[in-house]
Amino acid sequence: MNPARQPRSVRSAGRLLHVSLASGSIAHRSPNQLPELLEPGDLLVFNDAATLPASIAGRAAGEPIELRLLGAESDGSWRAVAFGAGDHHTPTERRPEPPRLMPGARIDLPGLTAFVERALPPSPRLLRVRFNAEGAELWSRLYRAGRPVQYSYVSSPLELWDVQTAYASVPWAAEAPSAGHPFDTALLLALRRRGVEVATVTHAAGLSSTGDAALDAALPLEERLAVPARTADAIPRARRAGRRVIAVGTSVVRALESRAAESGGLLPAGEGSTCLRIGPGYRRQVVDGLWTGMHEPTESHHALLLAFAPRALLERALAEAETAGYLGHEFGDACLLL
Amino acid sequence: MTLFDDKPAVLLTGASRGLGRALFEELARAGARVVGVARHAEAVAQVAAELRARGLEAHGLGADIGDKRDIHRIAGAAAALVGPIEVLVHNASTLGPTPLPLLSDTACEDFERTLQVNLLGPFRLSKALAGHMLVSGSGLIVSISSDAATSAYPGWGAYGVSKAALDHLGRIWAAELAGTGVRFLAIDPGEMDTDMHRAALPDADTATLAAPADVAARIVRFLAHSQATPSGTRLEAAKLEAA
Repeated sequence: MNPARQPRSVRSAGRLLHVSLASGSIAHRSPNQLPELLEPGDLLVFNDAATLPASIAGRAAGEPIELRLLGAESDGSWRAVAFGAGDHHTPTERRPEPPRLMPGARIDLPGLTAFVERALPPSPRLLRVRFNAEGAELWSRLYRAGRPVQYSYVSSPLELWDVQTAYASVPWAAEAPSAGHPFDTALLLALRRRGVEVATVTHAAGLSSTGDAALDAALPLEERLAVPARTADAIPRARRAGRRVIAVGTSVVRALESRAAESGGLLPAGEGSTCLRIGPGYRRQVVDGLWTGMHEPTESHHALLLAFAPRALLERALAEAETAGYLGHEFGDACLLL
Repeated sequence: MTLFDDKPAVLLTGASRGLGRALFEELARAGARVVGVARHAEAVAQVAAELRARGLEAHGLGADIGDKRDIHRIAGAAAALVGPIEVLVHNASTLGPTPLPLLSDTACEDFERTLQVNLLGPFRLSKALAGHMLVSGSGLIVSISSDAATSAYPGWGAYGVSKAALDHLGRIWAAELAGTGVRFLAIDPGEMDTDMHRAALPDADTATLAAPADVAARIVRFLAHSQATPSGTRLEAAKLEAA
């Protein structure tokens, strides 16, 4: 499937492939038709993590380097993946190796310095670093130094304006939780008029590719998540009323299902993290349906889709989307498995 | 139940001087967790440090509301520091050049810059923050207005136009998001003894002017009990009764 090569100026202007999990039927729709595909009382759950300016170019050990931040840890350190010389124009798998950085190594970034605490398994490119600033000063400098992570199929430089969802809040995501891109205010208000409920989780969506075989095989890495009290109330309420819980994005599925799995099916409010991998045969406890981007079998998110629909149905849906000219990746078209 | 009972996350622009500095203090004293923004990074960091030294939660962020590139920096850094923003106060504004020129004598670039700071900045920052308020089912966006928004004072062209448009921006947003729990208010603080007032009217008798601290206290007392005030309302600080 061809990737979308730029953000849309009208969020909801793409296409929507509706794959019925009950009947196996496939229909071509627009995101603006979502309200009529849902019932009053159905609950849509969004990932409200804002996208970090996670890509920061700098120098270390005398060589150019790019850090891609995964997010802050509770102790104030950050996890990051190091890339060698070059930028997003080069596909990640063709980027040169960064210099091997030992504990104490210094990484000079624009207006900011990071010190390596240690490399983390499974790759010497996965680092725990600490910056030479904190609080408002750190955040201020990070936003000056960094840009959104992007890949070679989008050539013009992206700004945060291009990648934030309409409802983004706390900057936790290394890459945009892009399934939510089509939701503009008009669509959110139309859903509300239909009686559809909305709720949020915050999930630190990670990198989708690093070009490092060991690291890519380990994706998704442990990711931070938070479930607000309002959402922890809304989900059991919807389920008791026989309504459906629909995740907007695979990160929401991981957040909700992992939270439920570790609490015996309850869904307590609060913060945590998850290493949960969801794939074929996974017994979902919370999420009934999924709104997601177009994911091909080679992508890491595809396995999660198999927890919703059989392989044959997903293959048929993908073939149909391909024939109809749907576009893939973060600015591409959408798919509703419901 | 007041607006401040749950220690809301508040983002305030123009927080280093005048009414903004006073609002920074009053909001933090009321219990809010406040991120104050100003162009002068050191000045706003200093105000925040003083408030923190008194045990209040305050963060100072240096950024230019008139620069589109700074908007997600402000929105993102603020949410990183205090969590999802529940109350946004658009206080930052520029008069434009002083002495205040007549409209026909106002340089196009000066007019544009005034709109960038006083109108486009608030539009962009509201746009960056209102979406999360919408999916959360609550939020408050307050614009600090001016009587120059409603009265046509010669010499106050760029500023008055920007403030009139800012008022209307909030009214239209209020109409679009009616019933969602996201509310918009505009407050005219009245004439105050501030640097801005001295720049605009250097010969004014400062004895007749309100102290920014008094106006800020009045505004924050009003906001605490403002839940029943209809979204889209424009109020004058001098007429606000503390509930």
